[in-house]
Amino acid sequence: MSLPKKMKDHAAKHAEATEPHPEAARKQAAQGKLQARERITAILDGDSFHEYDLFVEHKCSDFGMEKKQLPGDGVITGTGTILGHPVAIFAQDFTVAGGSLGLAHARKITKIMDHAIKLGIPLIGINDSGGARIQEGVNSLAGYGEIFYRNTLASGVIPQISIILGPCAGGAVYSPALTDFVFVVDKISKMFITGPEVIRTVLGEEISMEALGGARVQAELSGNAHFFAPNEAECFEQVKRLVTYIPWNNRKKADPIEPAPPQGQLGLEQIIPAESNKPYDVRDVLRAVCDSSDFMEVQALWAANIVVGFARMNGRTVGMIANQPMVLAGVLDVDSSDKAARFIRFCDAFNIPLVTFVDLPGYLPGVDQEHAGVIRHGAKLLYAYSEASVPKITVILRKAYGGGYIAMCSRHLGADFVFAWPCAEIAVMGPEGAANIIFKGEIAAAADPEAFRKEKVREYTEKFASPHVAAANGHVDAVIAPHQTRDFLLHALAISEHKAELRPDRKHGVPPF
Amino acid sequence: MTTRHTLTLNDTAYETTFTRKFAHRKPYAPKDPKLLTAIIPGLILDLLVGPGDPVRRGQSLLVLEAMKMQNHIAAPEGGIIKAFLVAPGDMVTKGQLLVEFE
Repeated sequence: MSLPKKMKDHAAKHAEATEPHPEAARKQAAQGKLQARERITAILDGDSFHEYDLFVEHKCSDFGMEKKQLPGDGVITGTGTILGHPVAIFAQDFTVAGGSLGLAHARKITKIMDHAIKLGIPLIGINDSGGARIQEGVNSLAGYGEIFYRNTLASGVIPQISIILGPCAGGAVYSPALTDFVFVVDKISKMFITGPEVIRTVLGEEISMEALGGARVQAELSGNAHFFAPNEAECFEQVKRLVTYIPWNNRKKADPIEPAPPQGQLGLEQIIPAESNKPYDVRDVLRAVCDSSDFMEVQALWAANIVVGFARMNGRTVGMIANQPMVLAGVLDVDSSDKAARFIRFCDAFNIPLVTFVDLPGYLPGVDQEHAGVIRHGAKLLYAYSEASVPKITVILRKAYGGGYIAMCSRHLGADFVFAWPCAEIAVMGPEGAANIIFKGEIAAAADPEAFRKEKVREYTEKFASPHVAAANGHVDAVIAPHQTRDFLLHALAISEHKAELRPDRKHGVPPF
Repeated sequence: MTTRHTLTLNDTAYETTFTRKFAHRKPYAPKDPKLLTAIIPGLILDLLVGPGDPVRRGQSLLVLEAMKMQNHIAAPEGGIIKAFLVAPGDMVTKGQLLVEFE
């Protein structure tokens, strides 16, 4: 056969393998979903996608599978670039056997994962699958297991991003759960271990797919998802933006961009109310401090009493963590500790310095919190901060009470620099509670208990509700005016650029998972 | 959008908002030793004793099938059965009242 003939043959084969089944494609579009191939090209730079393993075929010969030809075995894999950053990518194709996962499908995914690990480039997975290919039996389960194993090996080595654009149920959902960032889209993403049908037949409980594991549920209630978008197009913009903030792998730092000053119109002094029991949006503080006032919040909807996300200082990526007085007074609790700890570990693994802003009254009291294990979950935050060896800089804005003061990257957990605003109150607890305990007897015995109590609250406030006791003990390095914050942070980050901190050798620690 | 709430911690009232999860949290209710509730959702297969029967601690009271297992639900303490709130064939949810003791 001549080369032109062979090329013609190949073109026909290629077209056959990439042409979507018309009926399946129509169904996919009817749900507001893009085709797998369209999704890849929408995320990657134009013409940068290079596909591999298009002609991989399954080897299953049971239950009539020997007669079924599945183009690409239901998953598209390859490499490309996002705004110039290299990435490995796979997208499950729901139009091919419902995107079901058999061994060949899984092996395509594990092959591109192995590439990503060796090449040191981020991995993006688009999940849209009905689940295990039941005809393949245990081989399908083997496929999932091999993916989970690589997700775990790649953790902390390359950034892993999961985009849930359809059902992702049963065992399948554990791959996204092992990755760093999970993106969901309203009305399209469905994540659960056991679906509504099983729950109804086994347990007799009625619930819709959306209410059980829809995008909103995962982004706001369970905390399984990190980014929520109203449609696929906005989701892809979020993915692209995130990729610019993070490095290719754990041996690199994130690519810097041109530095730019904050755009905030509001001065820092105007953002924070003087009374420490009045709320404000701490994100206004972050935006007033970071480059271009550009802050990319992670898990914005879940555990909103703590804010975490990426920003840049002098063009370089930093991870910001801040108590949010606007929500639950900014307390630490089970969910907020969990959220912040996970984010800190990502930043530490990928050489991203941590900047922490503190304004919290302490831990949330409650039976539900204690029974949900706030001790264990709260400890995650202590562990994550203490273990992190990237530059750690803390700014105490207002309240820093009790255990919350320690947990929020205090000097004692290894902060490199701790700055405090003049309105900072660093104490074991708020003045009201402290005075009520210390002077309990005297207050009861006083001629005018309320006047005496107020006097003691005032005394305690004067003595302890300030940054100066902490500064006198060296727990705070500098008391700074709010408008000096950016300058102190830029300098601290610049001189910490080559920070090296030796730790005792160990296989790994045992965090309170 | 979100309503202003007050959260009191160590005698200080903080102005803030609540998360949906916090706003919907269930207040803690201590367990009533006279009431036995379902530990898992499932199907009542059989009642092994009747109202008025004296039972000893650990005695099987009913069979609750859940997750393909036939669970024998035992009396947490000895006592006398006042009433069964379920019958064989009933589907029960987690936490549903099954048996009342005198």
